[in-house]
Amino acid sequence: MPDINWSQQLLNGLFAGSAYALFAVGYTLIFGVLDILNLAHQAIYMLGAFCALVLVTGNVAGLGPLPGGMQLPFWLATLLAMLVAGLLGILLDRLAFAPLRKRPDTHFSGMISSIAVALIFEALATWLFLPQRSQFPAGTIRPGAVTLGQGALSYSRVLVIVAALVLVVLLTVLLRFTKLGKAIRAVAENPKAARLLGINVEAIYSFSFFLSSALGGAAGIFYGLAVSRLDPTMGRSVELKGLAVIILGGMGSVPGAVLGGYLLGLTEVLSVALTNTSNYRDAIAFVLLFLILVLRPSGLLGARRVREA
Amino acid sequence: MARHIRWTSLGVLALILTGLMLTACGAASTPTTAPPPAATGAATGAATRAATTAVSGGAATTTAPRATTAAVGSAVAGGPTKDVKVGVVLSLTGDSQIYGSPQRQAVQLAVDEINAAGAIPGIKLVPAFEDDAGTKDRGITAFEKLIKTDNVTAIIGPTLSNTAVAAFPVAQQAGVPSLGVSTTANGIVEIGDYIFRDSLAEAQVIPTTIKTAKEKLGLKKVAIIYGIDNAFTKAGYDVFKKACDDNGIQIASTQTYTATDTDYSAQLTAIKGTNPDAIIVSALAEGANIAKQARELGIDAKVTIIGGNGLNSPAYIRNSGPAGEGTIVGAAWNSTNDNAANQKFIAAYKAKYNADPDQFAAQAYTGVYILAEAMKNAGPNVDRKTLRDALAGIKGLATPLGTFSFQADRNADHPPVVQVVKGGKFEVLK
Repeated sequence: MPDINWSQQLLNGLFAGSAYALFAVGYTLIFGVLDILNLAHQAIYMLGAFCALVLVTGNVAGLGPLPGGMQLPFWLATLLAMLVAGLLGILLDRLAFAPLRKRPDTHFSGMISSIAVALIFEALATWLFLPQRSQFPAGTIRPGAVTLGQGALSYSRVLVIVAALVLVVLLTVLLRFTKLGKAIRAVAENPKAARLLGINVEAIYSFSFFLSSALGGAAGIFYGLAVSRLDPTMGRSVELKGLAVIILGGMGSVPGAVLGGYLLGLTEVLSVALTNTSNYRDAIAFVLLFLILVLRPSGLLGARRVREA
Repeated sequence: MARHIRWTSLGVLALILTGLMLTACGAASTPTTAPPPAATGAATGAATRAATTAVSGGAATTTAPRATTAAVGSAVAGGPTKDVKVGVVLSLTGDSQIYGSPQRQAVQLAVDEINAAGAIPGIKLVPAFEDDAGTKDRGITAFEKLIKTDNVTAIIGPTLSNTAVAAFPVAQQAGVPSLGVSTTANGIVEIGDYIFRDSLAEAQVIPTTIKTAKEKLGLKKVAIIYGIDNAFTKAGYDVFKKACDDNGIQIASTQTYTATDTDYSAQLTAIKGTNPDAIIVSALAEGANIAKQARELGIDAKVTIIGGNGLNSPAYIRNSGPAGEGTIVGAAWNSTNDNAANQKFIAAYKAKYNADPDQFAAQAYTGVYILAEAMKNAGPNVDRKTLRDALAGIKGLATPLGTFSFQADRNADHPPVVQVVKGGKFEVLK
C-alpha cells in the first residue's frame, strides 16, 4: 500500500471542486430566479471557452484567421469572452424562455427548448471550431506550478481556484448588498409582487441570464485552459455533475452550489486516494449524493419549502 | 400553488432527461427504411430486411453500364464496367475524428488510384462514406443503412473497436464482408467469418512493445491507467497486464477513468506515489491530456509513457507537446519503412493532401487495396459471398504495411514495429 500524498490529493479535490462550483453557481442562479432548469448552460460554458480561444489565437479553426489578425492577452480575452457569453445568455433567454413565459407550466417546455438551443449552439460550434479537440496555445499563461507541502498545482489550475473564489464572492456581494441584487431576490421570491412594486421583471430576467452565462463562460475558459481540452461537446461531461452539485447544494442556492461543488470534487478525489483505484469513484460520489438527499430532500442549503395552498 | 414542492422531483426528472439527451445525441440519424433502388435485382426492400442471415449475392452490386464508367475501366477495353459500392464507416466527428479524418482521405486516395488505373477488370469502386461519430448506435445505424439501402458489397471500418463490436454483428448477420482497418481490440474477428481486419490486434503488438521497452529501459515496476468504459481501452489494458505478467514486470498501481472525464490528476497522483519506471496509458485521444497532466503533476520525464494504438497518431504528439516526448508506442506501420508500396503511398498522400500520413491512413489505404485485390480474384461477377472467400485467400500482398496476409482467423499477419516519440516525430525504437 503506497503512501497517500494527502496535500496533492486535497489540491486536486480543491481544483475539481472549484471547477464544479464555478459551473454550478450560474446554473443554480437561473433556477433560483426563474424556477427553470437551463439545460443550455453547458453550451454557453463551451462557447465562452471557444470565444476566449479565438481572441487569444486570432483564429477560427473552421473559417480562418480573424481580420486584422489581432491576438489579445489572455486576461483581456477572458473578460471579452465573458461579456460575449453573457450576451449569448440574454439571446438564449429571448429564444428559449421568454416566448414560453406567458404560458402555463413553463417548467418542462422551457427545459425542452433550452435543450434545443444547446444543440443549436453545439452545431454552430462544430461548424466554427470543427469537431475536434482544441487547446489554448502553450504560453497562454505562465507555465509552471506552485508547490504546497508535498503537492504541486500548475498556475492554470490555481487560476481556476482563484477565479471561483473571486467570482463567487463578487456574485454574493452583488446579490446581498446591492439594489440590483435585492431586485433579483425579489423577483426570485415572487415575480408578481415584484412587478407590483415597480421592478422591471423582464429586465431582471435578462440580467440574471447575463450574469449566469458570463459565469458559465468563465468556468469554461478557465477549466478548458487547465485541462488543455476544448471541444464542441465539452459541456456535456460537466452538465450532469453540475446538476448533481446544485441538487446537492439545494436548487437555487448559490452558497449551496459552492458547497456542493467542493463536496463532490473532494469526494471524487478522496475516493480515488483511499481505494487506490478509480473504479468506484463515481459510485461513491453518487451514493453520497443519494444519502444526503434521503436525509435532506431539499439539498444541503436548500430552504425547506412549505406547501402553499 | 404547488410549484415549490416540485423542485426536487423536477431536479431528478431533469437528471434523467439529461442522461437521455446524452444518449440520444449520439443517434441523431434514425435507421432508414427506404427500399433499395429498383435496379438492384431480386432483393426488394422487404426481402432484404427479412433475409437477415443470407442475402443473395446478386443483389449486392449495382449494374451501371454507363459510357463514362466504361471509359475509366481501361483494363476491359470497350466492355461494360460495373459500379461496386463499398461502404466506408468512419468517425468523422467527435473525439475520434483525429483517426477518422486521415482514414477518409486515405480511402479516397486509394479508390481514385485504383479506378484511374483500372486495377480491377470490369469494376469501378464507388465508396459510400458514413459517419459513426465514434459511437456504437451511430455505427449500427450506418451499417444498416449501407447494407439495406445502399446494397454495398463490402464495408470498410468502423474506426473504433468499441463501435465495431456493436456494428460488425449487423454485417455478419447480413453476410456482408467487412474489413476493420483500425480495430485492434480482442474479440473482433471472432464475431464471425465475414469479419476481417488489416490492423494488427493489440494482442499482436503490445507484447512486442513491452518486451522491447523492458530490454531498452530495464522496466521493473509500472503503473497503468485506462478507460474503463470503452472496449478498446479496456481490451488494451488486459493485453498490457498479461504482457507485464509474462515479462515479470510488477504493476504497482492500476487506475481507471471514464470517457467523459477530463481531469486525471487524482489518478495520476496515486500513480506518482508508487514511483513507477513507466506509466502505461491505454487510452484514445485523451492520452495526450493524460501525458500532459502527468508532467504537470511533476511526474519526471524519465518516467516513460507507454501506449497502445490510441496514442499512435500525430495528433497525440501535437496535443501533448513536450510532455509526450519519449513516449513508446507499438505500431503496425512506420513512415520510415522503405518498401516500395509504402514510399509510393506516402508520396501520393503528401501530394494530394499536403500532410504526412499516419498509421490510420496507411491501414485504411491498404484496406482498399486488399478489397481491390480480392475483387480482382473473385472476378467481375463478384458478390458478397465470393468476395468473402477471395478475402480469406489474400496472401503475400505487397502493401505499405509490408507483405500482407490474412491468418486463418482473418486477423492481419505482418511484422509490428516499436516506435518512440523523438523531436516531435515517431521513430523506430533502437
